[in-house]
Amino acid sequence: MADSTSLAETSTALAAPAAAGPDIRFEDVAITFEREPVLDGISFALRHGETKAIFGIAGAGKSTILKLSLGLMRPDQGRILVLGEEVSAMPEADLFELRRRLGIVFQESALFDSLTVRDNVAYRLMEEDVVPPEEIEKRVREALRFVELEHTLDLLPSELSGGMRRRVAIARAMINQPEILLYDSPTGGLDPVTSTTIVELLVKQRDVFHTSSLLVTHRLQDAFTMASHVFDPQQNCMVRATPEQRQQIKMTFLILHEGQVIFDGTLTELKGSRDEYIREYIS
Amino acid sequence: MDLVSPADFVKERLESVQAYALLSWQSITNLFSTPRYLADTLVQADLIGVGSLPITLMAGFFIGAAFALQSSSTMARFGSLSLMGQLVSLSMVKELGPVLTGLMVSGRNASGMASELGSMQVTEQIDAMRALGTDPTRKLVTPRVVATIGMVFILTILADFVGIVGGLAVSRALLGLDAHEYWSKAWQALVAGDIVMGLTKPIFFGFILATVGCYFGLSTKGGTQGVGRSTTQAVVVSSVLILVADLFITRVMMLIFGS
Ligand SMILES: Nc1ncnc2c1ncn2[C@@H]1O[C@H](COP(=O)(O)OP(=O)(O)OP(=O)(O)O)[C@@H](O)[C@H]1O
Ligand SMILES: [Mg+2]
Repeated sequence: MADSTSLAETSTALAAPAAAGPDIRFEDVAITFEREPVLDGISFALRHGETKAIFGIAGAGKSTILKLSLGLMRPDQGRILVLGEEVSAMPEADLFELRRRLGIVFQESALFDSLTVRDNVAYRLMEEDVVPPEEIEKRVREALRFVELEHTLDLLPSELSGGMRRRVAIARAMINQPEILLYDSPTGGLDPVTSTTIVELLVKQRDVFHTSSLLVTHRLQDAFTMASHVFDPQQNCMVRATPEQRQQIKMTFLILHEGQVIFDGTLTELKGSRDEYIREYIS
Repeated sequence: MDLVSPADFVKERLESVQAYALLSWQSITNLFSTPRYLADTLVQADLIGVGSLPITLMAGFFIGAAFALQSSSTMARFGSLSLMGQLVSLSMVKELGPVLTGLMVSGRNASGMASELGSMQVTEQIDAMRALGTDPTRKLVTPRVVATIGMVFILTILADFVGIVGGLAVSRALLGLDAHEYWSKAWQALVAGDIVMGLTKPIFFGFILATVGCYFGLSTKGGTQGVGRSTTQAVVVSSVLILVADLFITRVMMLIFGS
């Protein structure tokens, strides 16, 4: 639960622009697929500006949590509140408005394969139809520069490598600077060098725009890196955080096991955990 | 595969029918509010209309010709070969043109829609679209339904026409009938009721094949194999529904126009 996080973090949370309640809150959420309970009464909260890394073995329900947060699926039980709205009770037609305030990077990128990289990234802005075309072009280039893929503008997703697709998906998700970003295994199946590039991107997004995010990952290392590095705008890269900076990083860890949240807390708490499963998981 | 209890099976079927009905309803009600996707509709119209033009024209011509040839022996027996023009035009306009066009376009486009939307579903592109704030029923389904209705309507008229021409070709070349007489009989035979029936059918057929294609596409489960399954089902179900609808529309129209 939210209460189990440390006091230090609560004080920095107060410094942020006062949002009413957490950005995402799960209350006793359960969902069953084909008689198998995947999530069995889970509760947690993502506060404003916080990054929560979600761990669990394959099939633990990590992607399901992200899809539930966007209302792409509905829980069988429990409530899900996102930016103060109860997505678990909203009709699909009302959800589209709310979803525009969130960005998601799907596990398999899910780029529109009939559209070029430019149109994929611009998709949101073109749909909303409020930004003039020159401005869209400028913002698309900016977003692609952010992920260092400006040269791919006119390519189709099928012409990109897996890691490049992942980065285009990140650019697409953050083009309109959403309030919350949901990353589904952004480094899954990638080499260590590309993974580091992507983690650096997430750190950059977090430290430059202070976006709240849920980060699903199989690699503990990625989350540890995020908890121990900050983005340095001067050098345009991430650097090891000083102990004071570390205090400022709002990073929490959540571990799923057999449909339950067995851990939800800070890095220090994680390292101090006595639970055998957790010790094995983080070793 | 697990064995499903009959109760579950029936429940599942009913749920599918309900979901299909809802999707069909939305595909129309979406037209009454923004956003509307005109560009997507035109792209689809081009894809369906231009793409299906050759096969519908071919099919129309040959069915008209074959029908004239088939009928000739029966008609000769009753001594009324001169009525060929009427027979072909009435049959083409009221029955053969609409049904043939419906089935042809269904084979080509209901399958196309099911496989396209199906692949988008299994690669999470549909979820991505919803996540980006776009309603797939507006962006994908409604444009396809509108474009299909429009195109099946136009293609049916063309098929009717080339069908009558096909009948003419056979009547002249093989049966030695007078082209002028055939032609004038063909036009005179058609009264308002026939034309209304002939033009109502394609509207329903277009609606059926597009909504069925989109429904099976969007409800695809289970990877590439699932896409294949949806594609086949879309063609089978839409073809059968078109034939069933044909019977009902014919009956209702006959009641209205009293023939
Ligand atoms: N749409 C669905 N229909 C049926 N079962 C589903 C569906 N989505 C997920 N599941 C099941 O729910 C379970 C959890 O799936 P989920 O994708 O959330 O796992 P995950 O934690 O993201 O796994 P991974 O680490 O492999 O990505 C799996 O057993 C999966 O089979
Ligand atoms: Mg997953």
